[in-house]
Amino acid sequence: MTPDSARQLQKLGYECLIESGAGSRAEFSDADYEAAGVKVVGSAADLWGEADIIAKVRIPTLDELDYLTPEKTLITFFNPGGNQEGLDIAKEKGASVIAMEMVPRISRAQKMDALSSMANIAGYRAVIEASNNFGRFFTGQITAAGKVPPAKVLVVGAGVAGLAAIGTSTSLGAITYAFDVRPEVAEQVESMGAEFVYLDFEEEQQDGAATGGYASVSSPEFREAQLAKFRELAPEVDIVITTALIPNREAPKLWLEDMVKSMKAGSVIIDLAAEKGGNVEGTVKDEKVVTDNGVTIVGYTDFPSRMATQSSTLYATNIRHMMTDLTPEKDGKINHNMDDDVIRGATVTHKGEITFPPPPPKVQAIAAKKQEKPKELTPEEKRAQEVAAFKAQTRQQVTLLAVGGGLLLLVGLVAPASFMQHFIVFVLSVFVGFQVIWNVSHSLHTPLMAVTNAISSIIILGALMQIGSGSVLVIILAALSVFMAGINIFGGFLVTRRMLAMFQKS
Amino acid sequence: MEFGFTTAAYVVAAVLFILSLGGLSGQESAKRAVWYGIFGMGLAVFATLIGPGSGLWLLSVILVAAGGIIGFVVAKRVQMTEMPQLVAAMHSLVGLAAVFVGYNAHFELGRVLAMDETARDALEGFAALLAHKSGVEQNILRVEASLGIWIGAVTFTGSIIAFGKLAGKVSSAATKLPGGHLLNAGAALISLICLFWYLGSGGLFPLFVLTVMALFIGYHLIMGIGGADMPVVVSMLNSYSGWAAAAIGFSLGNDLLIVVGALVGSSGAILSYIMCKAMNRSFVSVILGGFGGSSGPAMEVEGEQIAIDADGVAQALEEADSVIIIPGYGMAVAQAQQNVAELTRRLRAQGKEVRFAIHPVAGRLPGHMNVLLAEAKVPYDIVMEMDEINDDFPDTDVAIVIGSNDIVNPAAQEDPNSPIAGMPVLECWKAKQVFVSKRGQGTGYSGIENPLFYKENTRMYYGDAKQSLGELLNRIS
Repeated sequence: MTPDSARQLQKLGYECLIESGAGSRAEFSDADYEAAGVKVVGSAADLWGEADIIAKVRIPTLDELDYLTPEKTLITFFNPGGNQEGLDIAKEKGASVIAMEMVPRISRAQKMDALSSMANIAGYRAVIEASNNFGRFFTGQITAAGKVPPAKVLVVGAGVAGLAAIGTSTSLGAITYAFDVRPEVAEQVESMGAEFVYLDFEEEQQDGAATGGYASVSSPEFREAQLAKFRELAPEVDIVITTALIPNREAPKLWLEDMVKSMKAGSVIIDLAAEKGGNVEGTVKDEKVVTDNGVTIVGYTDFPSRMATQSSTLYATNIRHMMTDLTPEKDGKINHNMDDDVIRGATVTHKGEITFPPPPPKVQAIAAKKQEKPKELTPEEKRAQEVAAFKAQTRQQVTLLAVGGGLLLLVGLVAPASFMQHFIVFVLSVFVGFQVIWNVSHSLHTPLMAVTNAISSIIILGALMQIGSGSVLVIILAALSVFMAGINIFGGFLVTRRMLAMFQKS
Repeated sequence: MEFGFTTAAYVVAAVLFILSLGGLSGQESAKRAVWYGIFGMGLAVFATLIGPGSGLWLLSVILVAAGGIIGFVVAKRVQMTEMPQLVAAMHSLVGLAAVFVGYNAHFELGRVLAMDETARDALEGFAALLAHKSGVEQNILRVEASLGIWIGAVTFTGSIIAFGKLAGKVSSAATKLPGGHLLNAGAALISLICLFWYLGSGGLFPLFVLTVMALFIGYHLIMGIGGADMPVVVSMLNSYSGWAAAAIGFSLGNDLLIVVGALVGSSGAILSYIMCKAMNRSFVSVILGGFGGSSGPAMEVEGEQIAIDADGVAQALEEADSVIIIPGYGMAVAQAQQNVAELTRRLRAQGKEVRFAIHPVAGRLPGHMNVLLAEAKVPYDIVMEMDEINDDFPDTDVAIVIGSNDIVNPAAQEDPNSPIAGMPVLECWKAKQVFVSKRGQGTGYSGIENPLFYKENTRMYYGDAKQSLGELLNRIS
């Protein structure tokens, strides 16, 4: 909780409490909190006793879980997949536990996706950490004291952390390469200003959307192709940042010992997957090691804590959004709506039951799989297609002509010559009409309608021919027709002219 | 004057009409083309007046002048947003005129047939033409006349209903009498029977029944077609009015009528075809009315519509370099085109690239949006067709959707079960940001939920288009 988010929470009708000194590492003093209307409580134990909703960062200890009662709601990172014991205790206590890492990855829930917030920080910090351990500039410069080549950075895994790292690295001026097993992120990578490393590998690419946007295990052949590419890149790059994680698995080893060996002295490797065993052979969790050939491998796992203010702010906002969703009425009372995809997904225990793992969310928020591009045709195929299309067209036209001609002949057999004369004029006019109208530009369709309207009042000729000859009835009808056609002629042409005069070039 | 002169004048007029339609291929040549049309019409009328067989030419001139004054006033007064109604109303006049002329042909034929040989020889003009027809030719004339009457009558009532729907005087929803298209089919069948009856008896009654049936078909057919399909309807009626003129031309033996009727008829047919294609629907399904049933449950739309106020839009526009505006019928309804144009002018003055993307079926008339924008003095070279601009959306900073819905519905591409699946749409959601100016949260004419409104890069700018753009203008200098 930050003072800002506390103010927001109070608007939802809640009273806020905080453990004394909780914000000190993130530069939020108790006084700041008090100024924001937060009650500062002396010890954690008191807090657990007094509050109904407890928000926390780290996975709760078993002692802490003992404080739970059926009325209490705990919002925290929980690692429900690997914390059966914790789940059991929470279940016995009957409390509701919301695990922040279980927030489903759908667009509506992005605002409370704490994992993404933390990954973002980790990605940023990874680059900063790398530059801290790297003896040169990131950006290339030509100075009076000589030319400085730009650093080359390779980011492996273009998830949230990877993209954050790419953005930071490019903005520091380094030449950045990025790799990911999901080819659909290439566009995102390129939008951040990095170059996507394509593998020369033909495989039915996996669909990232099917696994909720996370990477999954790749085939051995694919892995080989990938490692070969890395081997090729290793001597060139100065900094490697690996962020490859597969949910609920050991991190894949992607940067093998020989690659580390082939890197230049002074190069830096940041292994963001160190928590799950690391992507790099030689990573030591939570430590920085320097190899024999002078390559620094950083295996810290606490990057968010190294940027405490930023991570607290983001996490507090995530929590606040979660609270907003939990209190639709803004009345300071939790409405634990288990029909809500997000709340249901994140809740791991509720009313004395373990509700983990959640059912799959109804909608995936991942970009739809790119439509398969039409296969590039070889020249021969194209040629064949053209020939086929041409033949089909010829056949169609010949059939039409034959049928049309046949019908015409049939009509000609029975109809008198005077009719046929007119008929020929008619058919030719239809042809001319079709040829002419296809060329009319789309934007002039309305004027076209107005003008055809005007000229269709050519029917006036018929009326004019009849008006002079015959009975009163004929004269009246013809006169009416002349009158109406007159309206149409003038109206149609004038309105067309008015419209056309409006079309102006800039 | 002899026939020769009239025929020559007709040939010239026909050529002028063809040129006047052909000239519409470009905005500049179109301005010249109208004059060809006007001159051609003047020549045709003049040649007919002084040609053989016409009498009472003073009356004719007076009537044309009187009609002309009305037409002049209407054409001057009409608002550009009311253009669809006007066009529909004018079609109905052509239809009615065709009916009258067709009836006249019938009366004249009856009168001439009743005369004896000497009297017939004394006839001149149209009656003389009739007098020299053989039996078969008389029958053909009857067929032609009744065809002209039939098409004219359908056009007449159909256009009146279309006018009512477009002007908001008749509910634009698709309504049918019980029995639906069976009624139409029945009426068509009766018309056909009447035709044979008429050929056999030559009496007035079957012709009258035929006309009534045609009037009913015109009414019922167009009543059954919903508002969003109006562009197709109007161009279809346009086509019919042409065919009616051609049929009358046959019965009167007038080649110019046939030529012009065929030109107009094919023009309308092509327009209808283009409109149908733009909606990815067959002509038949449009005529039968209503949107086709979906083949499965529509895709769930996830997310929420996020609203934004004028300040937010103004700021985004301030930062944008390229803007594409997508107008729809809503812009016409709200009369917002002037504000849109003003916005465009100001943004362009700031050096931003502003363009318009026009879907072929935007509005209620083919090319409706182009005319409205032209009225507001938006230069036509920044107004693009769908195919020209669709590839540019990914490079665009801001897309503004003003009062259009189905033509920007991504469901057409993403959801195979959507009723509009496969319809070509403007891919505005590929722009970096999309603002949708819309009155409220409802669905469009077709009643289809639009996932665009729920996309992450979409912001809803609620309110009447004219007012909200006005507010926007206050914030952009």
